[in-house]
Formats: sequence, structure tokens, C-alpha cells
Amino acid sequence: MEKFKNINSTAVPMPMENIDTDQIIPARFLKATTREGFGENLFIDWREQSDGAKNEDFVLNNNLYQGQILIAGRNFGCGSSREHAAWALYDYGFRAVVSSFFADIFKGNALNNGLLPITVSPEFLNQIFKAIETDPKASFAIDLEKQTLICKAIDLQTNFEINPYKKHCLLNGLDDTDFLVSQKSKIEAFEAAHVIG
Amino acid sequence: MHKKTLFDKIWNQHVVSKIEDGPDVLYIDRHFIHEVTSPQAFDGLKKRGLSLFRKEKTIATADHNVPTLNQHLPIKEAQSRFQVDTLIKNCKDFGLELYGLGHPYQGIVHVIGPELGVTQPGMTIVCGDSHTSTHGAFGCIAFGIGTSQVEQVMASQSLLLNKPKQMRITIDGNLPKGVLSKDLILYVISKLGTGGGTGHFIEYAGSTIRNLSMEARMTVCNMSIEMGARGGFIAPDQTTFEYVKGRTFAPKGESFDTALEYWKTLYTEDAAEFDTEYHFDAADIEPMLTYGTNPGMGIKVSNNIPSSSHESNDASFTKALNYMDLQKGESLIGKKINHVFIGSCTNARIEDLRIVANYVNGKQKADHVLAMVVPGSKIVEAQAKAEGLDKVLAAAGFELREPGCSACLGMNEDKVPAGEYCVSTSNRNFEGRQGPGARTILASPLTAAAAAVAGEIVDVRKM
Repeated sequence: MEKFKNINSTAVPMPMENIDTDQIIPARFLKATTREGFGENLFIDWREQSDGAKNEDFVLNNNLYQGQILIAGRNFGCGSSREHAAWALYDYGFRAVVSSFFADIFKGNALNNGLLPITVSPEFLNQIFKAIETDPKASFAIDLEKQTLICKAIDLQTNFEINPYKKHCLLNGLDDTDFLVSQKSKIEAFEAAHVIG
Repeated sequence: MHKKTLFDKIWNQHVVSKIEDGPDVLYIDRHFIHEVTSPQAFDGLKKRGLSLFRKEKTIATADHNVPTLNQHLPIKEAQSRFQVDTLIKNCKDFGLELYGLGHPYQGIVHVIGPELGVTQPGMTIVCGDSHTSTHGAFGCIAFGIGTSQVEQVMASQSLLLNKPKQMRITIDGNLPKGVLSKDLILYVISKLGTGGGTGHFIEYAGSTIRNLSMEARMTVCNMSIEMGARGGFIAPDQTTFEYVKGRTFAPKGESFDTALEYWKTLYTEDAAEFDTEYHFDAADIEPMLTYGTNPGMGIKVSNNIPSSSHESNDASFTKALNYMDLQKGESLIGKKINHVFIGSCTNARIEDLRIVANYVNGKQKADHVLAMVVPGSKIVEAQAKAEGLDKVLAAAGFELREPGCSACLGMNEDKVPAGEYCVSTSNRNFEGRQGPGARTILASPLTAAAAAVAGEIVDVRKM
């Protein structure tokens, strides 16, 4: 996993609520056996109509809105556990997703792939949606070390929560597998002491 | 002294170590894998030069991508074939037995685990599939994980996890006639919404739950994720023990007695506290239907589509109704449908097939309806044939296929065409879930069977 770097970027607004992982990356694109290339089909059924024509109304087809930050309505990433959703967002170029509420599995998958999920209050979320509506080029700053998200255009700032362990992993590009493999002797001792299961 | 919940007991029993200010290292008893979410994890192991840490605790099958016709022939679709072949190769490379196509144990992961007796009370069970919560019916902490975590379990038989909050949902009373456990869980989801369980692990309790069969309990636990919950489970009882006893991989003889002694300690102590509690009355539940594009958008069959939803803002609500081509205030009764899908890890067990066969016996499906029954496993398929259900279904114009996930997510050829309605016993009605543009109405196997016969949505209690 790459180390997480602080972000200064414009953002892409997606106020829709309950965006499920089947929308982020539909099941028919889960047939690949590698982690790369899913960005091409990110939100594909919202980007394209059934005949393959571009859906001009969809925000990812609007050049006004770009950047490394996706801002989404509440309950983002619900549904299927497919990590391909996090891979697709990362591969497309997003490095952070901001919402008032995340589905648990998606949040874990994002953190395991260097994609930072930032939970903000519903009020803050509304304010930043409005700021982008007023100015699509409104710029944001994310500082993981300080745990701050700043919307410079309206001079608004919030702190966000993150588990200290996951923060350490993101900042240093460490993953859980390395850590767990290093715990082998403890795990074997546990197995020896617990016969049931 | 602090009273323990069932969740506390099983979780504490599995904590290998605690990281200061961080998650617990939790030991995983059983790991189910399938072709879609495992290839990148196997790749990761290879890159790190690791072997499977505990292959005897890993169970592999092919289910998501497989065709449901002519499984003895090579898979036609190239990408699906490649993914299934990749699983075969990975299992061979890592010395893992695979219950793949042609194997008598093949089937949907969450159907085969319980029927083979792999799933046992008190276990921690994971799989790269959100419906892993199904195994919670046995009193297991069972939940879906991402592929990075699949790799972690392969490498260490453990995961780094924060203990979730705990919720109890108590349902008391007798289910009315024509109401199945699928209706019960769709009802609960319609009350709590798709995010209502997020951050929590659910214990289902109450007399209604106690009176359910194991298969009906699996349907309830299966859909816990549709409320956003990490998982959902039911304390094991006599019904559970009797189901497990004698199954292929269940403990035998003295081992069973020892296990049983432990299983009997698996319950929530009186006065134990939950972070969140809900109570529902079974008498209030009717056959349920979804009208929108997430499982929280459900109504009783006698109700009309509401004009708004606590579930989503106006824009999202309107988008959902537009996608479904349904109107606010409309009743679903009488809505013409073209497809009926009986299957998926929610409702593809033998009891589901018996319910459908029993209803359609001597009846005919409507001419314009395609009715497909996809059993959850080879064992379910064989049982259905042994009971003659295949003949009853065929006589009614229903097609009994071979096992797999099928039209629940349309990764194989089994898709619902754009714009057409499908009454489905599966678990998700998301946009495009059953195929691009497909319109899914979630229901119980009984309601789905009745819709196939009538050619439209009906109130099965009046048939």
C-alpha cells in the first residue's frame, strides 16, 4: 500500500444517498483476477446509458467537477463486500471519500487500500455540497496527521475521527497482513490453548 | 458482575491479543472462499511467499460465476471460465480441496457450510461475501470481509477487528398465515432502513425466532447486512443441535457430546445490556414486497407505495421510483411481472423449494412468466429430485436449474432484461443487480410462486 499523502484538491459532489457497491462497480465487472483497471468501469451504469452513450447529466461526465475527493450522501458503500469498489475509486484517482455515514465493510476496505473515508456531520456535509454548488472549483485540504478537513472557499474546518492504528498504517503505507504474519507465534499459542472450534 | 451477551462470549473466546488504542486480533475458525473475491488474495500470498496458514479451516467452492445449465460442459463465457479456472489452479497450488463444478458438495458458500456441518455454534466464520451473516443462524459470529482481509485470514487465520456495538431485535408471537421468515426480515429492514444496523452486530431473539426452523433462521440472519449490520445471529438451541448432529463434518460420538456441552453455554445472560434494542410483534407482519432500489424500501402487500421514505432524501427516492417505473401511492397488487427467480443464499434451501412446489402443485405458471428455480447446492438439488419436487415444478412450468448464485447478481447468463420486473427471493434490489436495467421486487418464496402462477403480484393470503 502507498503512503497516504495530504490532499489539496477540488472535489466531486454526489449527493445521492445509499450509494451501494453494485453502483460503484457492477457485478459483471468483478471477473478480473487482478486489482488494477477497475477505474474504467467506476459507476459505469450511471456514466453510460444502455446503448453506451454518455449520460451527460452524471457528475463524472461533467468536466466542471474533478479532483481526488469524492463527496457523497449518507450511507455510502452499502451492500456487497466487494473490495473492487475501493479499488475502482482509487484506480479512478480518488484518494478520499467524504460522507456523513459509511457502510462498515466499505469503510474497512477503503482503509486497507489507502483510500481515506472521512465521516463529517450532516450539517457540514450540506455546507460543503452548497459550497461546491456555488463554486465547482472550491478547494479542499485534508491533513491526515492533524485529522482535519478544510473547505477553503467558505473557510470551514472540521476534525475527523480515525482509529490511531489505521492512521499509523495509512501514514506509513503498512498493511494488516504484514502485522498479522508477525503475530504467528501468538496465534499458534492461542490455537494450542483453545481446542474448541 | 457485568452480564455477558452471546456476542461477548464468542468474541472474547477468540481474541488472540489486543492492540493498544487499536483493534483486537481475532481468531477465525472457518474461512469460506469462492472464485470472485479470492484470486487477488491468493496472488498476494504468492507475492509474499506465504502458504495457506490453516488450509484445513478453509473451504472452497465455485458459485458466483457458474452457469446453471450444463455444468458438465466447459463454461462458455471466457471471463467466468478464467475466474473459475483460476480458483481451480489456486486450490491446487495451495493444496486445498475444492468443492467445484462436478463435486457433490458444490453450491452457494452459505448453503453448503451449514448443510455439510462445517458451520457449528460458537464459531467465528468469515468469507469474502457480505451474506456470510447467514451462518449466524447457528450462533456464530459470521460476517463478510474484503479481499485484503481474505488474504489476511489465508496468511494468519486471524483478522484485526474493532468490536462492534451490539443490537438486539426481539420478535414475539406467531407469524400469520402466508407469512414466512423472509417477510419477517424484509419487515424489520423496512423499519430500520439500510443503514439502521450499521456499526452493530445483531442478536435476533423472541418467541417468533425460537419457533423458526434452522433454514428459516438462515434467511433472517442472511439479510442482516441489508440493514448495514456487521452480522446477525441467533443463540443456538435444541433446534440447532438437532440440525447439526449427524452432518458430514459435525463432531461425532464423544466429540459431539463435548461440543454440545459448550454450545449449551452460548446464550445471552439475563440483564445483559445492548447498545440498541428493538421489539416487534409478529402479528403485525404481512407478506412483504420491495418497491424501490434498496432492501429498506419495502411495504406490506396490503399497503401502497409511500410518498417519501425515512430511508433517503427526495432526490434519491424519486430516482428509485423512476428506475422501477412505479408511482407514489400505487399498490403493487396487480402489477404484471415477467420473471420469477427462486434462489440465492437467502432462499434456495430444500424448505424453500418445498414451499414453492407445494404451492404450484397442480397449478400452471402464467404464459408470459419465466420461472426459474435455482437450488442452493448439489445436495439440495439431489434432495429435491429424491422428493419428486423436480417433477412438480416441471409440470407447473418452472425450470429447475443447477446450483449457483445465478440471477441474484447476474454474473453468469441468468439475467433479467432491462425494464422488466422480476419477483425474486434473493436479497438485493439495487439498480442493475439482476442485469442492467432490471427491476427487482424482493419477496418470499411463497409470494414469488404465487406471482409466477398469477402472472402478476398477488396477496398470497387471498389465493
